Amino acid sequence: MSEVRTKVPEVANGRGEAPRLAPDVAPGGANGREHERRVTIEVENLQAYYGSKHAVADVSMQIYANSVTALIGPSGCGKSTLIRCFNRMHEFVQGARVDGKVLLDGSDIYAAGVDPARVRQRVGMVFQKPNPFPTMSIAENVAAGLRFLGVRNKSEIGDRVERALKDASLWEDVKNDLKKPGIALSGGQQQRLCIARAIAVEPDVVLMDEPCSALDPIATLKIEDLMRVLAERYTIVVVTHNMQQAARVSDFTAYMLAAEDRVGRLIEYRRTEDLFTRPRDKRTEDYISGRFG
Amino acid sequence: MAVSTLGQPKRAKSLVNRFKPGDWVFTTLAGAAAAIVALVIVGLFWQLFAQSREAIGHAGIGFVTSTTWDPSHETFGVLAFVAGTVITSVFALVFATIIAVLVALFLVEIAPQRVARPVSYLVELLAAIPSVVYGLWGIFVMGVFIRDHFGPVVTSTLGWIPVFDGTPLITGLFSACIILTIMILPTVMAVSRDVIAAVPSSQREGILALGATRWEAIRIAVLPYARSGVMGAAILGLARAVGETLAVTLVIGNSVKLPENIFSPAYTMASVIANQFPEATGLHRSALLEVALLLLVITFFINVVARLLVWRVTKGQRAMVQE
Ligand SMILES: Nc1ncnc2c1ncn2[C@@H]1O[C@H](COP(=O)(O)OP(=O)(O)OP(=O)(O)O)[C@@H](O)[C@H]1O
Ligand SMILES: [Mg+2]
Repeated sequence: MSEVRTKVPEVANGRGEAPRLAPDVAPGGANGREHERRVTIEVENLQAYYGSKHAVADVSMQIYANSVTALIGPSGCGKSTLIRCFNRMHEFVQGARVDGKVLLDGSDIYAAGVDPARVRQRVGMVFQKPNPFPTMSIAENVAAGLRFLGVRNKSEIGDRVERALKDASLWEDVKNDLKKPGIALSGGQQQRLCIARAIAVEPDVVLMDEPCSALDPIATLKIEDLMRVLAERYTIVVVTHNMQQAARVSDFTAYMLAAEDRVGRLIEYRRTEDLFTRPRDKRTEDYISGRFG
Repeated sequence: MAVSTLGQPKRAKSLVNRFKPGDWVFTTLAGAAAAIVALVIVGLFWQLFAQSREAIGHAGIGFVTSTTWDPSHETFGVLAFVAGTVITSVFALVFATIIAVLVALFLVEIAPQRVARPVSYLVELLAAIPSVVYGLWGIFVMGVFIRDHFGPVVTSTLGWIPVFDGTPLITGLFSACIILTIMILPTVMAVSRDVIAAVPSSQREGILALGATRWEAIRIAVLPYARSGVMGAAILGLARAVGETLAVTLVIGNSVKLPENIFSPAYTMASVIANQFPEATGLHRSALLEVALLLLVITFFINVVARLLVWRVTKGQRAMVQE
């Protein structure tokens, strides 16, 4: 397997220079999948700020299509900040600012003239706490984003809602209650509703920021299974605090850390099994072994 | 000391209810306060009813169906006053709510902090201005403007519609509508702003992440979430509009006839009481007290309807809303 590597990426060396990071996989070689790995998101030298606070520095990485990429790291290291830069949600915080490039299928989402709303149609997001719209029914919740795509035809909306709910494996639970309020579901069902809502607009990428942290273990496993299934059609980036979860669901894992300067940096980014079994960086090793005991 | 307590034989704690003076005092005080409030309301109804009995017997149902109010001939019909109260209050309610929500959205969603703060403060200051000041301003500034500028424009452009075909004066129904709108605006605005600011950011982010623009996020996520609170704000404003007396009395024109157009002089229930009560005796006085009783009933009715409305809109929502 390691023979097919074309380029072994260098890992951040802690000396402050921007690491060129790509997970050490060659096209055609990851996790036994034989198709080519296409890059969906390419991050170039990204810096994120909250006012004068530098929150994330020097991140360069490539995120591969049809895979699950996990972001791990201690609290406050900038994981949420980083993924919110991938769909331009970061700029909603007052005073927040981004430098660098994020290329979505080759075009920079921060270039002049780019409509952030359009970016978000292609890069969806699922949040830590399920956030269905309380005044909308289950069906309306799923259909909420369709109007931005100009989908107005009733039967098409109905079809899309059904498909999204099936893809989010929620259809069987709710098919007779589509008119009930979305908020009347259990926490795990609400989160799957939010996933259905995100995939109903058929984005390229789905970002998930600790999507299971408010859920019980069974609901968590369901969402994890779902991520694996969705990865066949979408590119998934998931932030998680749970290293077992990262190990279970992801193809690639990125480890972030904020050193003494409180600025989050990407430390190591590799195929998940390599990162967990043969970490190259001492800090990664400390983190994963510390947690695994 | 420690030894002596340790040395004592352990006694099982009694499960029998002990007398707790703090609890007793609190329960009694709170209960008494609640009872007093209820008694005041019942007493108010009873007093008004008892004192207006003479007029009720005299005019019967004609009291609310007739538009003729002529104390010197002992004819008492209050329909014109009811109309004045309803028209001015509903006008104020609708326009104040629309403006208040727009201002609140601007303050919460759009304006940067350094603009939002002073503007909020100014609007709240409007609520502290005494009613008589509004009334005087209404006569000397707004009324003059309506007579000389606004009114003529309206009558010449919209005069073909009967309700706009009048003679604009300083005082009149329209002046009262505008004054009331301005007076209830600060309350409705302040409450709407708090309600909109309380919409969790997860709701905004949820819709933005689907590709909504800022305005779409407001329309689809923020306003529906806040609607029950905004309705509550509107009701607070309505309650103030129905009861407002002094400023309205100054600007409404005080005519006992049913208004024919928006510039006609008119009367409201509250202002007829305020104007005529000092000189009223006998049956006239009793009739004015019956107006007060009616006003109380109407206010009560509005509150019940409004509460039902809010309850209907929010049914099940309160409990489900997180955060
Ligand atoms: N709205 C904000 N304003 C200012 N600073 C912020 C804001 N949000 C986050 N930060 C700071 O940015 C840094 C990164 O925060 P971020 O939320 O991205 O961390 P995280 O890795 O997602 O942490 P967690 O695992 O706890 O969610 C932290 O130091 C945090 O204090
Ligand atoms: Mg986070």
